[in-house]
Amino acid sequence: MHLHDVWFVLIAVLWTGYFFLEGFDFGVGILTKLLARDRAERRVLINTIGPVWDGNEVWLLTAGGATFAAFPEWYATLFSGFYLPLLVILVCLIVRGVAFEYRAKRPDERWQRNWEHAIFWTSLVPAVLWGVAFANIARGVKIDAAKDYVGSVWDLFNGYALLGGLVTLTLFTFHGAVFVSLKTVGPIRERARALASVAGVVAAVAAAAFLIWTQAHSGDTWSLVALIVAVAALAAAVGANLAGREGWAFACSGITIAAAVAMLFLSLFPDVMPSSLNSDWSLTVTNASATPYTLRIMTWCAGIATPLVLLYQGWTYWVFRKRIGTQHIAESLH
Amino acid sequence: MQIALGSLDIARWQFGITTVYHFLFVPLTISLSAMTAALQTAWVRTGKDKYLQATKFWGKLFLINIAMGVVTGIVQEFQFGMNWSAYSRFVGDIFGAPLAFEALIAFFFESTFIGLWIFGWDKLPKKIHLGCIWMVSLGTVLSAYFILAANSWMQHPVGYHYNPKTKRAELDDFLAVLTQNTALAQFFHTMSAAFLTGAAFMIGICAYHLARKKHIAVMRSSLRMALVVAVVAGALTAISGDTLGKVMFKQQPMKMAAAEALWDGQKGAPFSIFAVGDVNKGHNEVAVEVPNLLSFLATDDFGSYVGGINDVNKAEQQKFGPGDYRPNIPVAYWGFRWMIGFGVISIGVGAAGLWLTRRRFWLAPEHRTGEDEVPHLMLTRGLRINEGLSRWYWRIALLTMVFPLLANSWGWIFTETGRQPWVVYGVLRTKDAVSPGVSAGEVLTSVIVFTALYAVLAVIEVRLLVKYVKAGPPELTDDDRRSPTRIGGDREDADRPMAFSY
Ligand code: HDD
Ligand code: HEM
Ligand code: HEM
Repeated sequence: MHLHDVWFVLIAVLWTGYFFLEGFDFGVGILTKLLARDRAERRVLINTIGPVWDGNEVWLLTAGGATFAAFPEWYATLFSGFYLPLLVILVCLIVRGVAFEYRAKRPDERWQRNWEHAIFWTSLVPAVLWGVAFANIARGVKIDAAKDYVGSVWDLFNGYALLGGLVTLTLFTFHGAVFVSLKTVGPIRERARALASVAGVVAAVAAAAFLIWTQAHSGDTWSLVALIVAVAALAAAVGANLAGREGWAFACSGITIAAAVAMLFLSLFPDVMPSSLNSDWSLTVTNASATPYTLRIMTWCAGIATPLVLLYQGWTYWVFRKRIGTQHIAESLH
Repeated sequence: MQIALGSLDIARWQFGITTVYHFLFVPLTISLSAMTAALQTAWVRTGKDKYLQATKFWGKLFLINIAMGVVTGIVQEFQFGMNWSAYSRFVGDIFGAPLAFEALIAFFFESTFIGLWIFGWDKLPKKIHLGCIWMVSLGTVLSAYFILAANSWMQHPVGYHYNPKTKRAELDDFLAVLTQNTALAQFFHTMSAAFLTGAAFMIGICAYHLARKKHIAVMRSSLRMALVVAVVAGALTAISGDTLGKVMFKQQPMKMAAAEALWDGQKGAPFSIFAVGDVNKGHNEVAVEVPNLLSFLATDDFGSYVGGINDVNKAEQQKFGPGDYRPNIPVAYWGFRWMIGFGVISIGVGAAGLWLTRRRFWLAPEHRTGEDEVPHLMLTRGLRINEGLSRWYWRIALLTMVFPLLANSWGWIFTETGRQPWVVYGVLRTKDAVSPGVSAGEVLTSVIVFTALYAVLAVIEVRLLVKYVKAGPPELTDDDRRSPTRIGGDREDADRPMAFSY
């Protein structure tokens, strides 16, 4: 196995980490409108992810930085090619971060309402766009001989990609609802469970359709295995949720996300970004990667840092393991 | 061609705007996290209320600031790929690594421990909670180091070779990139400037309250700390700036010549205070100068030869082929002056304050003030500055808050524009670095969107800061003083409201 193959796997791992973690906090953001009935309940929801959302987002920054270092050509083509959707995602992430941090900094109702609207939309839009982006990567886009994207923005919004967006949207909503049921007490927990059942079924239908389409387009035996794992885990998650086994439901929805990312990457390999114009122009793990020297340094760094990150991020979840409910929200803020 | 040129200029504006904006928050984050940590340490060690109040007060302002630093940083991470894809392809092998290190080592650290610190007041034992803010501070320093090493490589590329087959720069020696003297000097200079920035921020706010005789105990201790930091960091900024100047003179002679609007090389070159020149004719029309000082700054020798803009331009034409190798001279010249000027004023205000508010030593006993009194501003042992002048000192101190921010911005504008037409000095030109596939319309859209968004956020953040500054430190409750004994919080208060919630 070459180092560029190792890094292909590591990039997949970083995106899995990102979608697993930010997946549920996008979900929680979306649920602020679907689930919460009043201000106190919205605050409960936001506080389930309060201490961790920033750390979750760093998985994205790391995926970006690591792609830059390990596959510079991929980084260059991807982010210059998907320019406008990425711009929208960045704007959402900016507003979202500020919304979490500033929302409680003033007591007045209007200020807080505005930030709550912002949290909803800036969670929903990236949840869709990431699905659109990854579906396009899997399917191949118009890349020319110079490795530049030559399609238009509208090419990115094809049927397959939109289905991909629907999958991430529903899957993250489901994942978020399961997370909320695991982290809260009281009526909101019950409602989260009920909503998770519905979201889970919708997500399962969308995901199955999308993954089968992917398999038919560019799958092999391994991706088929990942597909089966993803669909089975999602079914198990819905089942566990119905049975009131919240921990199991969350673990299974996490496995679904991991398996779905694995499936996409397996169907890509050895390409990292296939060209739909001419397969000779596709970016691959070999023609897009950095030199072995850089990859070796990066491997050392990732080998030492990643376990540490998992350790202290895991510790954070343990410190804040207590469920929260409306009784934990102080009447007055100031 | 017309359009390609257009998108290059817009992309440059974009980078300048987003990066300078990011760097308004960065130095404050770096320094306020450390100073908040220092105050919290004082509280943990002494148990005095004023330190806890100070921690909560400065900690809140720090959080309002870091939120903006974090969100503007996200753009930074991706805009190389978006607007500078040719650059990313060319240097990714070298430049990507420090960026990835920064994310893996520093950003995870900061973002995780900041969450623990914000929400951890009633979940973590005192010392562990204190450890969290120190970890955040360490994270910010590491983050600065890696990104500055990357930037230094653009100023002075080392440890790489050019591979004509792949048409890319390839890394040979990562350690050289991390430890070259440009990186060390730049890190030293930027860090000390960051602490000067945070100290001036604190001085300004303390002055605001002390002039109104409010929150005296907290503001008095904070002021002393900030004044000491300002003077020490200020001195280090000047020293490291001088070192950086010498490094720059060797590595980028054009930048030094441009910084001084020195058109023709000479021995015993003067340091320019003020100049009006004609860029096309290549000479100055008006110039006020200190003789020989520039030679000294560049080489430590008053009589040495310093190359001028016209000479260096010719030399570079011979080396790199025909072309104009001059950066925007007025921007470089004035940028350098604004940096030093604004910075030196704030150092001066800090030094004056440190002397005027000194305790015990060299003070007549009747002028020594207690913890709850506004310190007398003392010119000499027994001579106190009158009311009117004191008020002026507090006013100027308040204004000083913004000076280092301006100095930082101009320092970067000077550094980055002074390197032009190169994006990687001597290796890659800025015009060859831009994304070929991105249209001028797309870049323009993003400039407009970011600029508008940043402007709105600036208004929101400044208003919030003003609100919390004016409110002053919070009154403490017993809950504030009590820390849990177990990680995760004590069991008996399971239904107590959280100490902090969004
Ligand atoms: C409060 C901020 C501040 C203050 C007071 C100063 N600087 Fe500075 N300077 C910066 C903040 C800064 C900066 C924004 O942080 C820069 C931009 C790039 C860098 O490394 O630091 C910078 C860059 C910079 C450079 C350019 C390096 C390059 O392009 O390679 C030089 C030569 C100096 N400085 C020299 C000085 C000198 C001689 C000062 C005398 C007092 C000084 N600076 C004060
Ligand atoms: C936070 C500190 C920084 C500030 C304030 C800053 C400022 C600027 C400014 C004002 C420009 C526009 C110059 C011009 O177009 O003439 C610029 C350009 C640029 N800078 Fe920096 N910069 C900073 C740090 C960095 C770092 C750390 C990097 C790389 C890691 C970098 C890479 C670039 C690039 C690629 C350009 C575009 C090419 C150009 O037009 O010069 N900058 N920067
Ligand atoms: C153009 C180059 C730059 C890039 C790509 C970049 C990237 C980023 C990113 C992605 C973040 C957010 C991290 C988070 O979510 O926690 C961030 C924050 C930060 N950056 Fe930058 N940055 C740049 C310039 C700089 C420079 C020149 C410095 C320091 C000298 C710096 C120091 C920091 C610090 C200390 C933070 C954390 C605190 C804060 O956000 O205010 N950055 N940066």
